[in-house]
Amino acid sequence: MIQPSSGGRASRRMSSRDLALVASFAALIAVLGLPGSITVFGSAAPITLQSMGVMLAGSILGWKRGALSVVVLLVLVAAGLPLLAGGRGGLAVFFGPTAGYLIGFVLGAAVIGWLVQQRLPAYPLWWGGLANVVGGIGVVYLVGIPVLAAATSTSLWLAATGSLVFLPGDALKVVIATAVASAVHRGYPGITAPTAAVKSDRAGEQASAR
Amino acid sequence: MLTSTFRPGASLLHRSGAGAKLLGLLVFSTVLVAFQSPLAVLAGFALVAGLYGLGGFGPRTLVAQVWPLRWFVLCLLPFQWWTAGWQVAVAVVGTLVVAVAGAALVTLATRVTDLLDVIARVLEPARAVGVDPERVALLLALTIRAVPVIAGTLHEARDARRARGLERSTRALVTPIVVRTIRHADRVGEALAARGIDD
Amino acid sequence: MIQIQGVSHRYGDREVLSGVDLSLGEDRIGVVGANGSGKSTLARLLNGLVVPTTGRVLVDGMDTARDGAGVRRKVGFVFSDPDAQIVMPTVAEDVAFSLRRHGLGKAEVADRVGGILARFGLGGHLDHPAHLLSSGQKQLLALASVLVTEPEILVCDEPTTLLDLRNSRQVADLLEGLTQQVIMVTHDLDLLAGWARVLVVNEGQVVQDGPAEQSIGRYKALMGAGRPC
Repeated sequence: MIQPSSGGRASRRMSSRDLALVASFAALIAVLGLPGSITVFGSAAPITLQSMGVMLAGSILGWKRGALSVVVLLVLVAAGLPLLAGGRGGLAVFFGPTAGYLIGFVLGAAVIGWLVQQRLPAYPLWWGGLANVVGGIGVVYLVGIPVLAAATSTSLWLAATGSLVFLPGDALKVVIATAVASAVHRGYPGITAPTAAVKSDRAGEQASAR
Repeated sequence: MLTSTFRPGASLLHRSGAGAKLLGLLVFSTVLVAFQSPLAVLAGFALVAGLYGLGGFGPRTLVAQVWPLRWFVLCLLPFQWWTAGWQVAVAVVGTLVVAVAGAALVTLATRVTDLLDVIARVLEPARAVGVDPERVALLLALTIRAVPVIAGTLHEARDARRARGLERSTRALVTPIVVRTIRHADRVGEALAARGIDD
Repeated sequence: MIQIQGVSHRYGDREVLSGVDLSLGEDRIGVVGANGSGKSTLARLLNGLVVPTTGRVLVDGMDTARDGAGVRRKVGFVFSDPDAQIVMPTVAEDVAFSLRRHGLGKAEVADRVGGILARFGLGGHLDHPAHLLSSGQKQLLALASVLVTEPEILVCDEPTTLLDLRNSRQVADLLEGLTQQVIMVTHDLDLLAGWARVLVVNEGQVVQDGPAEQSIGRYKALMGAGRPC
């Protein structure tokens, strides 16, 4: 309710609120991947909500802070903290066959955020969902699959087919992430600035009209 | 929850600098991938196994580090063997396993804080383009601090969902967690400002 | 000495404080008021976390709008949720973080950190992960992290709200013993018993300013008069 006065300061340096948001969303992505925390389709399939955390970070924080929160998470993982889905961590994950998906997470969050910021302060469900599909599935697979194929010396086609098992789960995550992001953008207008400067006035008006 | 995979010890491996270990890992895995042959895999494996021994880690620890790869190995090995011959199969699968074992070893023998210090040092030249290593370090520390807090909100939200009889709704779980994450961030941002972060 | 001169503050079109004029010089000043009355905003004005829309706030003559950094060095701030205030993963690191710009050597920092944590009963927890502390210990750590920089004034916004009776007693005793000027917003009226000056904030205005007994009486009467929010 009470915004820090520094929030609107024009500066290249991130404000304390930005730092706090990036850190909190990095933690959120980690928590959504905690072992046994939440699993889609019961606990049989090892699908956690971690990649949904990536969608939420991009959808809610915009491209810059969204991608940064994923980078921060990956740095901590590389330093040895077991913050990836299923409690994985350490440098080993960056040398394994699924390393590409992690890089895909960073780019995916950025693409989602960029697309969402094109429309803000409005967040039409179809547009938000499209952004999550393009960034959260398209971009992630686009980086993840070739790296998987290269690391295992298999064909792209085979690697892509193997990744199909995750598609239904990812589709469900898009639906949930879009609904949650929509609720957040209604509840916290102005949490992320739109891309164009002209639009930012509109965001300000909407925020103050609350 | 936030215990890293680091295992304390006093071996030469533990005592050598984090930067040196990272550099060594980089060189090692690059050479391994460049050769990608059964012989390189054998030599690499011997080296890594020897280093595990040097660090005081037994074969069981080594196996545990590559255990997450078991499905890949089980699927990939027969497939490559059948399509490309045993040499390729051993080279591809072996390179993957040995590289992962090597990377895991660095994490086993190096403190999280030491690795984070390396990051801060590597970022030092980035000052010129407006990256402040001190703020990066703060961001990483803030995140480590935030994980147990956000995990706490997850448990609360799960209880609340159960109390309302909405066990099956993922949305009823995720929405409150995200809202609380933002609220937590607002408070942390305010506390940081009060402690002079923006000054 | 803090002076609030003709201060009004609004968020968007909602006015949360209007026409506040105060001179805050007493050692102990309490602030009470309903949720949403404007008392938290009033507290945040005192260290420049919130800059007034109109009027000005002076801390020892420094304008919070112009020299926020200087003001924040003089005025420490304790919030109600210690989990949001403790920003470092371990106890000693969090206290040391406050001293990062004080130009002290490593030994000196360790000295001061150890000293204040011992005083707050956390001497045995230096390398302890902060999230494993009890709520009471967390709030004591938050206080230690603020007081280690030796601010001249301490502003507390409901510092005991999230604590149980024993923990809030402990925090209250610690605050009682401070040599600093303390300005405390609270719902815990027992904390203010015997204080020379307590302000009652209602709907954005200071409606009562006097000794604790009178002010608390007025506050209770206000709350009983059918204005729960």
